[in-house]
Amino acid sequence: MEAAATLAHARRRMIATTGIVLAVVIFFAIVANQALVASMLIAVFGTARDPVFPTPLLDLTPQHIAIVIVSSALTIAVGLPLGIWVTRESGRDFRDVVSAGVDFGQVFPPIAVLAVMFSAWGLGPAPAILALFLYGLFPVVSGTVAGLEAVPPEVIDAARGMGMGNWRILFVVELPLAMGVMLAGIRTSVIVNVGTATVAAATGAGGLGLPIFTGISTENIGYVVEGAVTVSVLALLFDGAIAVLAMWLAPESSLD
Amino acid sequence: MISLEHVTKRYGDRMAVDDLSIEIDDGDVAVLIGPSGCGKTTTLRMINRLIEPTSGRILIDGTDAATLKPEELRQHIGYAIQSVGLFPHLTVAENIATVPKLLGWKTARIVSRCEELLALVGLDPAQYSRKYPRQLSGGEAQRVGVARALAADPPILLMDEPFGAVDPLNRDRLQGEFLRIQRDLKKTVVFVTHDVDEAIRLADKIALMRDGHLEQYDSPEQLLDHPETKFVHDFVGADAALKRLGRVRVDSVMRTGQATVRADQPDAIEAACASESRFVYLVDADGVLVGWIDSRVLDRGTPAAEAATRVDWRQAAVRPDGSLKEALARMLALGYRSLPVVAAGGRLLGHVTLSDVEKTMEGGDAHLADHTDNEAGSIGGGGE
Ligand SMILES: Nc1ncnc2c1ncn2[C@@H]1O[C@H](COP(=O)(O)OP(=O)(O)O)[C@@H](O)[C@H]1O
Ligand SMILES: [Mg+2]
Repeated sequence: MEAAATLAHARRRMIATTGIVLAVVIFFAIVANQALVASMLIAVFGTARDPVFPTPLLDLTPQHIAIVIVSSALTIAVGLPLGIWVTRESGRDFRDVVSAGVDFGQVFPPIAVLAVMFSAWGLGPAPAILALFLYGLFPVVSGTVAGLEAVPPEVIDAARGMGMGNWRILFVVELPLAMGVMLAGIRTSVIVNVGTATVAAATGAGGLGLPIFTGISTENIGYVVEGAVTVSVLALLFDGAIAVLAMWLAPESSLD
Repeated sequence: MISLEHVTKRYGDRMAVDDLSIEIDDGDVAVLIGPSGCGKTTTLRMINRLIEPTSGRILIDGTDAATLKPEELRQHIGYAIQSVGLFPHLTVAENIATVPKLLGWKTARIVSRCEELLALVGLDPAQYSRKYPRQLSGGEAQRVGVARALAADPPILLMDEPFGAVDPLNRDRLQGEFLRIQRDLKKTVVFVTHDVDEAIRLADKIALMRDGHLEQYDSPEQLLDHPETKFVHDFVGADAALKRLGRVRVDSVMRTGQATVRADQPDAIEAACASESRFVYLVDADGVLVGWIDSRVLDRGTPAAEAATRVDWRQAAVRPDGSLKEALARMLALGYRSLPVVAAGGRLLGHVTLSDVEKTMEGGDAHLADHTDNEAGSIGGGGE
């Protein structure tokens, strides 16, 4: 019975993985084909004004992805350890301070962070990456804390009672059990990041925000749609990719 | 040997454990009992240093536990708790393998040990090894918890209300199995419970605690017959004679040689009528109890086919390693003056009568083990 469940899970996982790989390939095939993009935009908006942004999507999309990946990697690299630390004996006192801090990071508008950083650092991707990093911390930290705090205390007590050390308990018991909730936090953070990363264009870091901002200032809807649709699809792809990753990482026992 | 010497644990100005001194001999089951909040769990957890005493010493085979590395100490002390605490993301086999893995055992040794332990606690290894904890019933999970605690064959076992969360019928069986396993393994066990009957049935020594201090530390018999304080007397209750039945195994008063017939034989009813004894047990081809016939009913002219009482051995029989207290309770509940005794698969072994239970209660340590019921000659197949 459990063997059958495992098999069904493995099948679903293979199908999902194939699906996401196919979707990514199709996405890049379209993005790389500037002529196809142009004909689609012209079909919708006509040729009265040129609706196709001069910089090809094949340049803008990798810029955008790079900004997302660098800022999200930073968010995860800081958010996970922070979430783990405040659930340890040594960091428990800082739990509320950290929660309030990352909460503030999220309610503080990223565009304002950008403005402050821009005046300090000038043009380039750094201000955007920092703003996105701060903005994305909240879901990662709160997901990590929620996941770890949901591990039944008797399970940890049993682990300790059998002679497991703190590190081993963390890696062998707590993190695997918290994995599902932690990944959900990371997923939220990354998806929001894909959309918010459009602000990077404001400091000259490029990305898919560029056609959107230019389209707004020149009142060219074609540009806006080109950027916005690409960003949305990219967000869906990231979402799907993390969901598939979760299927590989989350322990088998979490299936029903 | 485990010695607690003037062990005290203070939380703020509350004394969770207050100057507790007890010695537990190797191979003994010491039961800590007392009202909720009296310090049982705190005492138990100080032995494997999940809690550090405020003062006092705990010696294990003469070595002060405080001088050992906590992790290493715990790897050599089995630990089983009421909430079990199985790792939900690991299979039953992986759960049991926890401590052997910590100790660096070879995979082959771990695998064979897991199978051995599952069999020991009465679970089929082929069926259970690869299950996840969420697929287990409460009783099964508790068995796996005990198997996990025994995995690395630790000389000491700490158990905190291990059977507290299972239903009474299952608890009774788990207690019986615990006694069977303990008879073979002879671990030094510290067992926490708040159930007096459980303590009396399982303990070699009972430590009765109250508000963090020790009221009395004695054998169950001493505690029942000679309570030193009013608190002890009130706690163990007035029905000491009845309580004592909890320590006597069914097979010590079981009678064998009962009249038995095969239910699937066409002349079963006739054979039963011809029997001299009042009750004739019906068994199937494997000797499994399926019912009985009361010959008095037959005398009143009942048609033979209707006279047979069909029963489920799980309900109407007791196990040889069950306690007489349980047997008595079952007799009273069912309204019978005797009960069949069956082995694990339901195979009829003998029977136990109310009058023998009464004799045991009056006579203290009456041993009737080898008696056979001479009034009833064995007829037909089956039986012993
Ligand atoms: N961590 C703790 N902090 C404060 N008081 C505690 C703590 N642990 C236990 N106690 C108190 O110590 C007493 C003994 O608790 P415990 O050993 O758990 O009792 P028992 O297991 O007999 O029910 C109780 O009054 C309980 O409230
Ligand atoms: Mg307790």
